[in-house]
Amino acid sequence: MERITSIQQLELLKNSLQKAKESGRNVVRVCLGPGCRAQGADKVAAAFRDTVRQQGLPVKIEPLIKETGCHGFCKEGPLVTLVPSGLFYSRVKPEDVEEIVEKTIKKQEVISRLLYSENGTSYRTANEIPFYKRQMKLASRNVGDIDPLNIEDAIANDAYQAAAKAFSSMSPDQVIKEVEISGLRGRGGAGFPTGRKWRSASNAVKKRPGPVYVVCNGDEGDPGAFMDCAIMEGDPHSVIEGMIIAAYALDARQGFIYVREEYPFAIRNLTIAMDQARSVGLLGKNIMGSGFDFDIRINRGAGAYVCGESTALFLSIEGKPGEPRAKYIRSVERGLWDRPTVLNNVETWANIPVIIEKGGEWFSKIGVPGSTGTKAFSLVGKVKNVGLVEVPMGVPLSTIVEEIGGGIPGKGAFKAVQTGGPSGGCIPYKLKDVSVDYDSLTKIGSIMGSGGMIVMDDKDCVVDVARYFLRFLEEESCGKCLPCRLGLEAMLEFLDNFTQGKGSLEDIEELKSLAKAVQDGALCALGGSAPNPMLTTLEYFREEYEAHIVDKRCPAGVCKALITYHIDPEACTGCGLCAGICPQSCITGEEKSPHKIVQNACNRCGLCMDLCKFSAITVS
Amino acid sequence: MKEIDTKKLINFSINGTPAQAKEGWTVLDTARNMGIHIPTLCHHEAVEPSGACRLCVVEARDGAWSKVVVSCMYPPYEGVEILTDSERVKNVRRWVLEMLLAQCPASREIKALAAEYGVKSTRFRIKNPEEQCMLCGLCVRVCAEVVGVQAISLGSRGVLKHVSTPYMVPNRACIACGSCVTVCPTGAMQARLDKVRGDVSQRTGHGFAH
Amino acid sequence: MFRHNATDSKERILYVKKQTTDIDSIMEKYPGEPQYLISLLQDVQAQYSYISEENIRFICDHVGVPVTKAWSVLTFYRSFNIEPRGEHLVRVCCGTACHLKGAERIAEDLERHLCVQREHTTEDMHFTLETINCPGACAVAPVVMVDDDYLGATNQADVRNYLKKL
Repeated sequence: MERITSIQQLELLKNSLQKAKESGRNVVRVCLGPGCRAQGADKVAAAFRDTVRQQGLPVKIEPLIKETGCHGFCKEGPLVTLVPSGLFYSRVKPEDVEEIVEKTIKKQEVISRLLYSENGTSYRTANEIPFYKRQMKLASRNVGDIDPLNIEDAIANDAYQAAAKAFSSMSPDQVIKEVEISGLRGRGGAGFPTGRKWRSASNAVKKRPGPVYVVCNGDEGDPGAFMDCAIMEGDPHSVIEGMIIAAYALDARQGFIYVREEYPFAIRNLTIAMDQARSVGLLGKNIMGSGFDFDIRINRGAGAYVCGESTALFLSIEGKPGEPRAKYIRSVERGLWDRPTVLNNVETWANIPVIIEKGGEWFSKIGVPGSTGTKAFSLVGKVKNVGLVEVPMGVPLSTIVEEIGGGIPGKGAFKAVQTGGPSGGCIPYKLKDVSVDYDSLTKIGSIMGSGGMIVMDDKDCVVDVARYFLRFLEEESCGKCLPCRLGLEAMLEFLDNFTQGKGSLEDIEELKSLAKAVQDGALCALGGSAPNPMLTTLEYFREEYEAHIVDKRCPAGVCKALITYHIDPEACTGCGLCAGICPQSCITGEEKSPHKIVQNACNRCGLCMDLCKFSAITVS
Repeated sequence: MKEIDTKKLINFSINGTPAQAKEGWTVLDTARNMGIHIPTLCHHEAVEPSGACRLCVVEARDGAWSKVVVSCMYPPYEGVEILTDSERVKNVRRWVLEMLLAQCPASREIKALAAEYGVKSTRFRIKNPEEQCMLCGLCVRVCAEVVGVQAISLGSRGVLKHVSTPYMVPNRACIACGSCVTVCPTGAMQARLDKVRGDVSQRTGHGFAH
Repeated sequence: MFRHNATDSKERILYVKKQTTDIDSIMEKYPGEPQYLISLLQDVQAQYSYISEENIRFICDHVGVPVTKAWSVLTFYRSFNIEPRGEHLVRVCCGTACHLKGAERIAEDLERHLCVQREHTTEDMHFTLETINCPGACAVAPVVMVDDDYLGATNQADVRNYLKKL
């Protein structure tokens, strides 16, 4: 491809690429998002490639096999979309590929077995499926559509058009103004207004001339959240373009993308996207012939959750341990190498090109006042449609969990939804109509966070979940300040006691007081927000805490010390599997007759329950 | 943050008493200048503050806004009200001291400080009855910032954090100056010094202060 | 730098030389500045599966950082190993979605089965057992990653069977 040396040239290129795209060529889009990959999507893509090659199809029919980012509907993966028909096949296996090529691609026949169906209705295209119907994709607009490893495909989908617009018709100040008007708030969790951040950085650099940096936070550490991963993998150009626009607005020369290393495909796709952008003149020296230089470097995280915190992230980029420092001077003034720095999260960056292209005014009308635009969520846990969703801000929680997510797998309603990861809170079913926006979630003790949404049902113990998050943070604490290093350990001691049926009701009050000390005393947000899951579960599910402490009972049947496993003699077929595998050898019984667990020898490892093919093992 | 005129003093208040800070002073500097006592462990004039021990917390109030901050780093601004003994402050101190009693039960200094604030026992699990170190990192900072040799470092993180030399073997970079022992607020460095400098009698050549 | 006995010095020098040539090509990719310390450690680990004492010293010389600082970095970040890893890396996802679906029980079972604690390597150097926080495959929780392969919606027996084949 030729180097783009002017904005007109980008326009011409885009037009010719779009024309080629509209020529009606068959395209097979195979989702290679993390969910589908884990379900063998790479083998499906390979099978398509092999089959197509072997068959030597005529040019008119031969499809282009596109490996795209996450389609979102992870639970039904591997997912395949066919263009131009728009047919949407779910749970595709490598064995199905030949049939798809034979029937659907050659003869336009629909294979109904591969269509997604729900409650007796099968759906031909994605747009008809309830899961997709309520969604609105802005940040992930191209994810699942384009081939992230092919910049031409991205350009045909309007990538870098917003940067071109900013370069050619907007002053840096106008760019910042547009972001301010949009009302966009940081998608990484805290929800700080992005425009204000840029403005402060712009003012700071005016006062202290010198380098200014733009940084992308791709250290998506919340366990159970993978929105940013999907964007970086599926549409790396949107992030790069967003950063170019900010660099133009702030006159920055160097950017950094900090990606956690658990996302090797995000790192690979970003690296390739940047290489391609550089080679065609969309990144690096003299971008689009504008005379503006800006380049980006990728820093890989090294397994430290705390590096998602801004000051820790900067230290990590500088090559040091990621121990946060007190933020009495904000990072827009003194950030990376003590210079003014704009740090935004992946999803925030991906929104920037949309805002510049369509205008801040347009963006601000989406969502609700105070929380504009859309938000991507990873909907996981005990929910039917596990996957990646993007909805306008302000939709009720129940819409996301019940309409899009399809509710919990079994009967009944969900018990609680955890938003905001380890720093967030547990929202009980009774607050299911809460509007999902920054301020409403904060009001009920949770936070928007980066977008992990973990659905729980009555088999999940809230005390155990609170303990899980605390233990996670205890392991991830940098250990610098005492309220976090010792406080989380101390809080954990209380919760460990509760899950073992120890402790007293007074301990709950003491724990609350300790939580307050940790919130007030901790140096950074990791410690400061660590008590949130515990505090919200305590507020909304106090009776469950009391059941553990007073009745020595775990109502959900999770906490090891308080449960016993039993074999249901009705359901047990006496197959002997459990007896054979029990590490304590404490399951006895004759072949083909119901078995029994010798309770005093059982160490409650749960192996029998997890492996029983007849669901004969119950917990109480 | 407000711009500070180098010649102007910053007027604010500590516990209701008018206070004046010079440019660059922290709340702790000002309080000490006024003779108001704020407990500290990880603070030392010779090195940059780190804000790790959180014993020096104070509450900053500005109208309806209120936040607990560390006085060793917090730059006062015009009109802010500082409280060194509010309920929130006392709550943080109480818990930190109780947890410290479990972290470094062998430190006489910690015991005395805790007693001073009415904390006499701890409910938390004592992992090592011999432990004296509270991991404030003063030794590491003084070695790097003042002595300039960087013979010791903070290793690992979180609950596993420890002061050590690389690979836990004596570090020849150590010049056995003893600065770390001097600044250590809990007496822990005294016991650890030999692990850092190794057997002094075996050492020859450069790498010695005397 | 470090002292060594006269008897093994020849061997040591040869060893050091070999190491130098191997690691040099990695170091060449980065300018000698402290900010590249973490990237270099990552690349060296990717090559050797762990970071040896010798290599730390080479890296420190290259980026101009005292060994104590590198030691802090090396031990602060969870992904660095200062000991060799096993032939196969078994990683149990303990992210929230997997936790709710019994990841803890799988991790415990593997500890029993492999006779090794998590974050450790079996005596025969065949397996290293680790827990990780979410590679993003929550749709198929619980997830265990064996080297680069995902075992999705798995259970104790499936993982054991998979490991048997390795």
